[in-house]
Amino acid sequence: MVWINALVQGILLGGLYALLAAGLSLMFGVMRIVNLAHGALAVLAAYIGLAIVQATGISSWLAIVAVVPIMAAVGYVLQWGIFNRTLSQGGLAPLLAAFGLSVVITQLLQLKFTADSRSLPTGDLSIASIHITGDLSIGVLPLITFVAGVLVIFGLQMFISKAPLGRAMRAASDDPATVRLMGIDNRQVYALSTAIALGTVGLAGMFLGMRGNFDPYYGGAMLIFAFEAVIIGGLGSLWGTLVGGMVLGVAQAIGSQINPSYGILIGHLVFLVILAFRPTGLLPKAVTT
Amino acid sequence: MNEPIHTSVVHNHAKVRRTTRSSWIGFGVLALLVLVAPAVPYVLNRGTQGSLVTLFSLITMATMWNLLAGYGGMLSVGQQAYIGIGAYALVYISDQIGLDPFMAVPIAVVIAGLISIPISYLAFRLQGGYFAIGTWVIAEVIGLIVMQIPALGGGIGLTFHGFAGLTAGRRIGYVYWLSLAGVIVAVLVTYLIMRSRLGLGFTAIRDDATAAGSLGVRVTASKRFVFVVAAMGCALAGTMITASTLRVQPDSMFSVNYSVFMIFIVVIGGLGTIEGPILGAIVFFALQQWLSSLGAWYLVILGVIAILVTLFLPRGLWGLISGNGRIRLFPVGYHVTTPAHLFGIDKHDEVEPDPQPSGA
Repeated sequence: MVWINALVQGILLGGLYALLAAGLSLMFGVMRIVNLAHGALAVLAAYIGLAIVQATGISSWLAIVAVVPIMAAVGYVLQWGIFNRTLSQGGLAPLLAAFGLSVVITQLLQLKFTADSRSLPTGDLSIASIHITGDLSIGVLPLITFVAGVLVIFGLQMFISKAPLGRAMRAASDDPATVRLMGIDNRQVYALSTAIALGTVGLAGMFLGMRGNFDPYYGGAMLIFAFEAVIIGGLGSLWGTLVGGMVLGVAQAIGSQINPSYGILIGHLVFLVILAFRPTGLLPKAVTT
Repeated sequence: MNEPIHTSVVHNHAKVRRTTRSSWIGFGVLALLVLVAPAVPYVLNRGTQGSLVTLFSLITMATMWNLLAGYGGMLSVGQQAYIGIGAYALVYISDQIGLDPFMAVPIAVVIAGLISIPISYLAFRLQGGYFAIGTWVIAEVIGLIVMQIPALGGGIGLTFHGFAGLTAGRRIGYVYWLSLAGVIVAVLVTYLIMRSRLGLGFTAIRDDATAAGSLGVRVTASKRFVFVVAAMGCALAGTMITASTLRVQPDSMFSVNYSVFMIFIVVIGGLGTIEGPILGAIVFFALQQWLSSLGAWYLVILGVIAILVTLFLPRGLWGLISGNGRIRLFPVGYHVTTPAHLFGIDKHDEVEPDPQPSGA
């Protein structure tokens, strides 16, 4: 029974990882930028949420409504202010700038909020659960997080394949020069893509803060988990990212069941095994670059 | 191709040189430094020697990171794996097996090199930013595994007893000489690699891996060679740090902060030059001392500087000082001096394009 429980908790945890990974996947898909500040930005979102909750006394759920647009605005400004400038230089420049950004965010958070662990208040919801059978019960908050992850992945998939901006994003990804000839400013498309990506990061950061503790240095682990979800699932596939998040979550939950200190290590090892034997991921996309 | 005036054909009139006037001046100054530096323990106090050991370890790891990223195009955020392996191997070989610490250092370096070979096969499945995070994951895994091994002290770590019989003054002097030798070897090896045929291949790979491959450069093998050398160099830096701090602990030896330092040093100093990491390490070290009273602010300031340098000064401080590469202390390229009258006159002069890409 404990194993089934670990499996279920792992799948639910995977929803959070998929939610985290969606923005990373989106930015890579559109701009070929691996945003090394992704995890730090998710933690930043959680701290912004915390600051709003503490200042106004509103619930964490209501704070999401503020945090998501704030993070989207941060993304828009970052793209114009930093990433668009690095794209012309190519090579390592976007990675180096993002890496510098992650360090700056982490250290600023530490200066402002100290290194203490925090969490976002969720009231009774943090302990509420749905009883299934015997020892097996599902936490309401993890379930909501999972559903949010699935909805964000589904929404992004629909948006990219159907919406005019989604079409522009795919076009800018395929051939930025031709997109410009068609009268679309690819840099503006990039800025809107990053805004959307960071909007999802804002949501992920809020769920991260509601589900558990976070501190300024949590960003590194978040970046790594999001990355592992992307690679396990297969580059360029959003549904793959969801599967990847769930595989990672299950591996960590089962590892923790074996020994509480093994959880993260087993997650990493499952990632490395998949990298070694199935480097295109579980749900590879036919077209890769 | 579009610079036909370059020629690598050595004939009666054109000269190909690898040194410049600035490089001779540079060599002179460096030779003087190398001759004077060993005398430091007889002149300066222990605190200064300790600081210099830190500086040497920073130069060593930054030089290695530059070899990986600046020349090999591989941005690693996982070099702390080898710093930790070097550190733990030194302590284990010296304290558990009982070898002399100075013998243990080269063995620790070789062990790190051997471990990096299978790791390269995993890491090379990823590219660009995903390579960066992949190397980070591998470093985390090694740190987590070390934590599970009781013989290596688990999460608490080990104390290094290799110098137990020595007085503090003598010990610090020895560690200083060890680190000085280490940093000279690291810089010299990097210089010799980049001057060799292999180095020329790396420059080509960095500029365009596909084109380099099509011209016969063994891209993956070359990258793997650099990856292993960089692992060994970082292990060397790890042994320097351990010999100086006398303590290894998984959280600190496998800390991603080492990668933060390496990246900031190389970016600020100048990516893709041998001088850049050295200058960057000196600037970084000075800022660290100067801003240490500001606590975490110094990393914020360094991070902002690194972003600004990436955006507006891609060749770093060394690029600024050297006038974008006119002054070279460690020339790795070729200089061709050809009298102008040779061009287009004699049909027998076969003018080939210079294999050295511009701006190397």
